Amino acid sequence: MTTQQVESRGLEGTGYEAVIGLEVHAQLLTRSKMFCGCSTAYFDAPPNSNVCPVCLGLPGTLPVMNREAVEKTVLTALALNCEIPPFTKFDRKNYFYPDLPKGYQISQYDLPLSRNGFLEFAVDGRTVRAGVTRVHLEEDTGTLKHAGDLIHEATSSLVDLNRAGVPLMEIVGEPDLRTAEEAREYVTRLRQVLMYIGVNDGSMERGSLRCDANVSLRRAGASEFGTKVEIKNMNSFRAVHRALDYEIARQLQVLQSGGTLVQETRGWIETEGRTVSQRSKEQAHDYRYFPEPDLPPLQLDSAYVERVRGRLSELPDARRRRFESQYGLSAYEAAILIASREDADVYEGLVSAGVPAKLAANWQIGDVARLANAHHVPLHRSGLGVAGLAALLRLVDTGTINGTTAKELLDELYIPGGDPLAVVSERGLGQVNDAGELGTVVGEVIAANLKAVADFRGGKEQALGSLVGQVMKATRGRADAKMVNALLRERIGG
Amino acid sequence: MARMTLSRDDVAHVAMLARLGLSDDELERYRHQLDAILDAIGRLNEVDTSSVEETAQVGGLVNVWREDEPRESIGSERALANAPDRDDGYFRVGAIQE
Amino acid sequence: MAERWVGSTITAMAAALREGRVTAVQLLSEAIAHRERTDSRINAFLARTDELAERQARAADERIQREGAAAPVLCGIPVALKDVLCLDGVATTASSLIIEGFLPPYTGTAVQRLLDQGAVVVGKTNCDEFAMGSSNENSAYGPVGNPWDVERVPGGSSGGSAASVAAGVVPYSLGSDTGGSIRQPAALTGTVGFKPTYGRVSRYGLIAFASSLDQIGPFTNTVEDTAHVYRAIAGHDPLDSTSSTAAVEDPLETLHEGVAGMRLGVPSEYFAEGLEPGVRARVEEAIETLRSLGASIEEVSLPSTDAGLSTYYILAPAECSSNLARFDGVRFGKRSEEASLLRSYLATRGAGFGPEVKRRIMLGTYALSSGYYDAYYRKAQKVRTVIAGEFARVFEQVDALVCPTSPTVAFTQGAREDPLAMYLCDVLTIPVNLAGLPGISLPCGLSEGLPVGLQVIGPRFQDARVLRVAHAYEQASGVTALRSPMVAEAAAA
Repeated sequence: MTTQQVESRGLEGTGYEAVIGLEVHAQLLTRSKMFCGCSTAYFDAPPNSNVCPVCLGLPGTLPVMNREAVEKTVLTALALNCEIPPFTKFDRKNYFYPDLPKGYQISQYDLPLSRNGFLEFAVDGRTVRAGVTRVHLEEDTGTLKHAGDLIHEATSSLVDLNRAGVPLMEIVGEPDLRTAEEAREYVTRLRQVLMYIGVNDGSMERGSLRCDANVSLRRAGASEFGTKVEIKNMNSFRAVHRALDYEIARQLQVLQSGGTLVQETRGWIETEGRTVSQRSKEQAHDYRYFPEPDLPPLQLDSAYVERVRGRLSELPDARRRRFESQYGLSAYEAAILIASREDADVYEGLVSAGVPAKLAANWQIGDVARLANAHHVPLHRSGLGVAGLAALLRLVDTGTINGTTAKELLDELYIPGGDPLAVVSERGLGQVNDAGELGTVVGEVIAANLKAVADFRGGKEQALGSLVGQVMKATRGRADAKMVNALLRERIGG
Repeated sequence: MARMTLSRDDVAHVAMLARLGLSDDELERYRHQLDAILDAIGRLNEVDTSSVEETAQVGGLVNVWREDEPRESIGSERALANAPDRDDGYFRVGAIQE
Repeated sequence: MAERWVGSTITAMAAALREGRVTAVQLLSEAIAHRERTDSRINAFLARTDELAERQARAADERIQREGAAAPVLCGIPVALKDVLCLDGVATTASSLIIEGFLPPYTGTAVQRLLDQGAVVVGKTNCDEFAMGSSNENSAYGPVGNPWDVERVPGGSSGGSAASVAAGVVPYSLGSDTGGSIRQPAALTGTVGFKPTYGRVSRYGLIAFASSLDQIGPFTNTVEDTAHVYRAIAGHDPLDSTSSTAAVEDPLETLHEGVAGMRLGVPSEYFAEGLEPGVRARVEEAIETLRSLGASIEEVSLPSTDAGLSTYYILAPAECSSNLARFDGVRFGKRSEEASLLRSYLATRGAGFGPEVKRRIMLGTYALSSGYYDAYYRKAQKVRTVIAGEFARVFEQVDALVCPTSPTVAFTQGAREDPLAMYLCDVLTIPVNLAGLPGISLPCGLSEGLPVGLQVIGPRFQDARVLRVAHAYEQASGVTALRSPMVAEAAAA
């Protein structure tokens, strides 16, 4: 719906533009499966241990909808600016595959839970609005293990149905994307939204978030689409970017050499950095969709939709804008701080604990992020925690300790935790800001560095820095730098 | 509207969609029988449905759901007990690609 | 020793159990003895569950001792289950080779409700494969004989369940009805067969044929017995999303209220060409009996009755083509091992399903396939709306409908080889399933020495009213005395 003219990049000068639409599958963070009470915590379970007669597709069993899965799909649809039609239903998608126990997948065909949404994001400073055709709800399949992991060579395959029936959203995007970079950014932003509203864990590695793409090339400015190729098996953001770049280049080469493209499905092979055709001898698909007779339809009235909308937490974009205006942060700082809901919550936790906004931002983006990376432990799960860091930064803010001391303490307390105030008083780490005590040290430093004093008096402003450094060294970093500056200037003039 | 009679390819296509391995005799027999049945079913077109909604269900229920509460699974031993072929906790199937 | 309880009713057995005139263990041993006496001729039983039944009978006797009159009516009474109903750990085949040896790891809701009452299960009954058929000749385990004449069919698809009651082995059984599979065999075997309103009885544990049409119901010897079984199995089940949450009226409360002042409709289309004269005569007599009981009889019209058959033979095969996709030889059942998965699918399903099942899967697959959906499936769904609408309008005018159940009496095995001729058996029962209505068949006399069935149809959720009309006729006509010759064999033994 929101096909917008986006300048084609990467294909500049070729006369072609790429047309990309993404289909994202996202497992919902529910406790139980879509149509039965089995747990969704299947990932590390022994094979076929997380199953019951319903998700095994045993004869005589029937599905019963998970209310929370419906609600989380509606929540997602609202976050993606979709309409929620008053009537929706489930359909059966019929095909045979060993990971599909019933021989059909319960999905949605002509009346999905939501339609006509969009996702906005920025690429190179431009705002891109990509249409979301629909968000619908279905059940995940089981998983297959092939001898040697190569489906082509395997003489047999092993079926695990632990994943079968996990609630799965399909988020179908409009073909509004024009570059691999846009596609990557779309998936990144979509993932951020899904994690923000708590419907998906965002793990492409584990497959709880999966992405397929439809890619075609056409003459720049043309309105009709070229031959569409479906790309599967992109298991990371990087893979999305690389696979699409590769595929766009491949299609361009075919077209420029006068060839024609075939409509097909191609798989991305990460290790080889290329896509390969997945054409097989299998029959053409004819899914024979029809309304699922075992499930009554859904009528979601506006009261229901508004109630769900009430569950919608502030979305990343809105939070970023609020951070800029409310806390006076730069766009850059705000973007980093809202990257995940946890990060943004940590930041607001620090501020509400009395840490000045700018100080909190500097520390969270700088040293805290460094430690979180180094230890693979985010602050809110570290020993220090949000409260500990706030206590530490309050000491900085009141001038009780200086930055150097604070950094040392942060490094030390990050994992084990502890009360910064207690440590400071116990070890006497408090900042030296007694004029008498500092005056003695300053006098000693001046006496020992007459050359620097002469340089300063001769107009070399930076000589003052080395004198300050000497004072800091003598006080093991505890001196109040501002006061040292003032005392030096007072004694040596200037 | 006159209906085209089923060809052997039509019947073979349907059998493949339904994953029914049929002998040549069966294909031929079903071609005749399905043709006869589809002819008889043509009586449907005598009913005027121009302003009629479809009925998929007669129960009249909407919004039937359960709360998101996990239940105990039956465990892999019971899950696999009826399997024609199993291997180390998995159901085993033959080569997926020909 | 002669079996005193063969051919008796639930009501009589329940009274005798409470009065100590018989024990559940004795009832069971009589049922088993009569089953073994008759089954070589009627082939009604597949799995025999005698050990389980022994345990259940002993437990039932203890419960009756303990609870006395408070024990549920069905406690200690033998029952047979159509082999499309899952019972934990008991072989369930749907009369098909494709799941030979399948032991369900769970029990379906309707069956569980009987077990909770203290039922004693004597076995699983033969039926048409996956409940598809009208003569019980489509079973992989051989046809079922009609206890009135073993050369004749008992009807289908719940032929074994009907025959087990008609022969007097059990006083009741459960069947399933998708297009007439309880009512038509009830008519052909002289038993009472009831299909409740769609959504009244949970389908959880019923191997699905056509999900939007299937409904579980009982076979009994009397309408009162039917009311007892219905009361036990009806009601909301959270495991079946299509099961109604509306409160179940107790049919026993209104059973004896009679039909005086009721308006009963006679749909003219149900007396069309093809109705055997003997059937017509018995049904017309039954209608006269109802008139004499004070009901006003009104002729009504259901113009799309004929189209019902076509609608059904699109919708039911379409749903079955999907419902039977799970029989793929991966998780259960018998698999024909081949070099590749695709070939294994083809061989397993090609060999595992019988001809009628394959025919319907083909028909349904075709009706749903690309390019044909609108002309067949969607059109049939619309005609379904028309048919349901015609019933709804008629029920603004009358309280219930009375008509024949089957156009014919039981026919000879092998007499209907043409599938289309066989499909005509259900022309009078199918519309009831399409509209989701309650319908009962009960005996209304004999024609050529074979039972004729009277069908009573009510509006949705008026199951109690249907039973009330049927009971009024039954009591006035004295048809409860009709018993197949096999019942008498027990007394003679």
